[in-house]
Amino acid sequence: MNRKSRNKRLDKGFSILGIASIAFGLIVLLVLIIDVFLDGSARLSWSFFTSFPSRKPELAGILSAWVGTVWIMAITALIALPLGIGAGIYLEEYAGKNRLTDFIEINIANLAGVPSVIYGLLGLGLFVRYFNLDRSILAGGLTLALLILPVIILSTREALRAVPFSIREASYASGATRWQTVRYQVIPAAFGSIMTGVILAMSRAVGETAPLITIGALTYIAFLPQGLSDPFTVLPIQIFNWVSRPQKGFFANAAAGIIVLLGLTLIMNAAAILLRHHYQKKIRW
Amino acid sequence: MKRHLDQELAGLKEELLKMGILVENAIFESIKALKGLDKEIAVKAINDDRIIDDMENKIDEKCIDLLALQQPMAVDLRFITMSMKISTDLERIADLAIDIARRVLELTGKPLLKPLIDIPKLTDLAKQMTKDAINAFVNQDPDLAGKVILLDREADRLRDIIQKELMEDFIAKDPSATPRAVPLLLIARHLERICDHATNIAEDVIYMVKADVVKHHPEKLK
Amino acid sequence: MQNPTFEIKAMRASYGAKEVLKGIDINILSNSVTAIIGPSGCGKSTFIRSLNRINDLIPNFHASGDILYRGEDIYSGDVDVVDLRRRIGMVFQKPNPFPKSIYDNIAYVLRVHGFDMREMIDEIVEKSLRKAALWDEVKDNLKQNALTLSGGQQQRLCIARTLAIEPEVLLFDEPCSALDPISTAKVEELIHQLKQNYTIVIVTHNMQQAARVSDHSAFFLMGELIEFGKTQDIFTKPVDARTEAYITGRFG
Repeated sequence: MNRKSRNKRLDKGFSILGIASIAFGLIVLLVLIIDVFLDGSARLSWSFFTSFPSRKPELAGILSAWVGTVWIMAITALIALPLGIGAGIYLEEYAGKNRLTDFIEINIANLAGVPSVIYGLLGLGLFVRYFNLDRSILAGGLTLALLILPVIILSTREALRAVPFSIREASYASGATRWQTVRYQVIPAAFGSIMTGVILAMSRAVGETAPLITIGALTYIAFLPQGLSDPFTVLPIQIFNWVSRPQKGFFANAAAGIIVLLGLTLIMNAAAILLRHHYQKKIRW
Repeated sequence: MKRHLDQELAGLKEELLKMGILVENAIFESIKALKGLDKEIAVKAINDDRIIDDMENKIDEKCIDLLALQQPMAVDLRFITMSMKISTDLERIADLAIDIARRVLELTGKPLLKPLIDIPKLTDLAKQMTKDAINAFVNQDPDLAGKVILLDREADRLRDIIQKELMEDFIAKDPSATPRAVPLLLIARHLERICDHATNIAEDVIYMVKADVVKHHPEKLK
Repeated sequence: MQNPTFEIKAMRASYGAKEVLKGIDINILSNSVTAIIGPSGCGKSTFIRSLNRINDLIPNFHASGDILYRGEDIYSGDVDVVDLRRRIGMVFQKPNPFPKSIYDNIAYVLRVHGFDMREMIDEIVEKSLRKAALWDEVKDNLKQNALTLSGGQQQRLCIARTLAIEPEVLLFDEPCSALDPISTAKVEELIHQLKQNYTIVIVTHNMQQAARVSDHSAFFLMGELIEFGKTQDIFTKPVDARTEAYITGRFG
């Protein structure tokens, strides 16, 4: 009897602790968002999106920053998606299980955990200096692509692994080749999860500042990039730049920029969730 | 739904029907031998029994296979288990017909003790009951089966009359008539036994169709 | 005596160091149903999954011995595994339709084998579904996702899918273990019909099912073939005491 009531108390105590920790996280986040909105919502206007940065805070906008972000994201996606998904498919469906693949697997998992500034240093040494790409969009895109490649490989493998073995068996047993099985059964079945992983990886890349600053992305750009070799800036760098200014007006600009960035990542994450939901509804094992 | 088992059951029924026809024929031949005291017909009837014995084995084996392989339930189970019993009864009827033929061999060469009056009546009854029992099985007809069961009393009555007459009017009065009377006594008994087996079959048919146990419960037939 | 479809001599199979089949000799006859029975872990699934080399998908699997399919060693180097699997169809324990429409489930296996004429595919889809006794239930909903079908329907769809590419042999690996009794009866009825045209091997942990559907039965125990014979003999007068113990439920 005694033990029973003790267990009951413990049970209750733990659920209170759990609720408290969730509340803590949510409240801090809420305060942060409210604070940012109070500071920055006044600056949000059409001209904020269509103006270049300026010395006068009330004239400054994020045009070059968001255009730069779009460019960088496009390059990152173009490079990281085929490489990451391809590598994931190869490792999961084709590669034999041996020491070498085990070794590669462990390394990819480790790479996913490497701090982003290290990727920045790699990008600086490899793309900016060695390949002489300078601080261009291409160099930035390549660097971020490297950063999210392990994440995409891992999430692709995870997605493929979630496809039941029975589907592969069914396909092989009807005389399909490995490529037919992978192309027409496994990938379509895993498509939703793969895309979810990709979007989450991209939304991580959108917010990255450190590696781009490391490769020397500009903080002040009053023109739009015309090609891959042009210099660029991105939203987080622009925000970082404004925050470091003493004037109060730039502070409001930074808050407005944060709202835009938050909105962007929120939209991407929502898209990932919707996509996953959509595919889960379509495919029930 | 179409069932594979139905085909097997139809096959089993057909085998039993064939056996029934052979058994009816065995009775018919024996009676023919008796009426004409015909040795040749009697011998042939005795020899033909082999075929019926083989059929009994074949049907039993078939039933065991079906029980083991198809795990029949309810009506199917009753059909197969009762088929086994019916085949046994049919075989016994055939044996009794052969026994009659053997008695005929004992009777040939000597004049009949008396003209046959009640034995042909009992013979007709045995033939009728056997035939009806088999028909009741083939048509899965419990009403016909019930009629067969009720006729059994008449068979007993006729046998008693025959026995009494032979014992009192012949054996008691003239013991030297005994060798000629005993085969007739036995024939009456064989015929009555045939009626008993036909009754068994009829009871099995009722159980098969209605899952009603009327064996040893004659009141249920009312 | 019919020609054996499979002639198997001294067949051994192992997963890594664990040997699960220890020298199997068996002939599987054409146009009849051969059931493989035995307790869990006796190697019956490994055996059937070796016949179309689907077990090649399992890492570390290895099979040896003579496994002749119509006189040809299916484990020799120059066998086209993809073609072998087309000729030897398989239905699995758990129904495994593709997460696509009923129509596409069958169309897929046809396209895999190079059929691309629409009318031809339509015709084979209908023919296969009819053979699998599923057509009447699904003919108005061919575009419906196969995963919305009941378990029994899914399994019959898998059978239809297997029949679509006209194999010569059908392997059933415990095809009814996930089905209710009515669906099971339907699949068994189907197996009865299919044996007119196919050589069938069925693995089942359900002895009664083996008794119902098969012509020949093989009893496996701990990787060995204990007894093989006509099903009616195995189930009414087994020769080996271990077979008798197993089928009467006195095992162990």
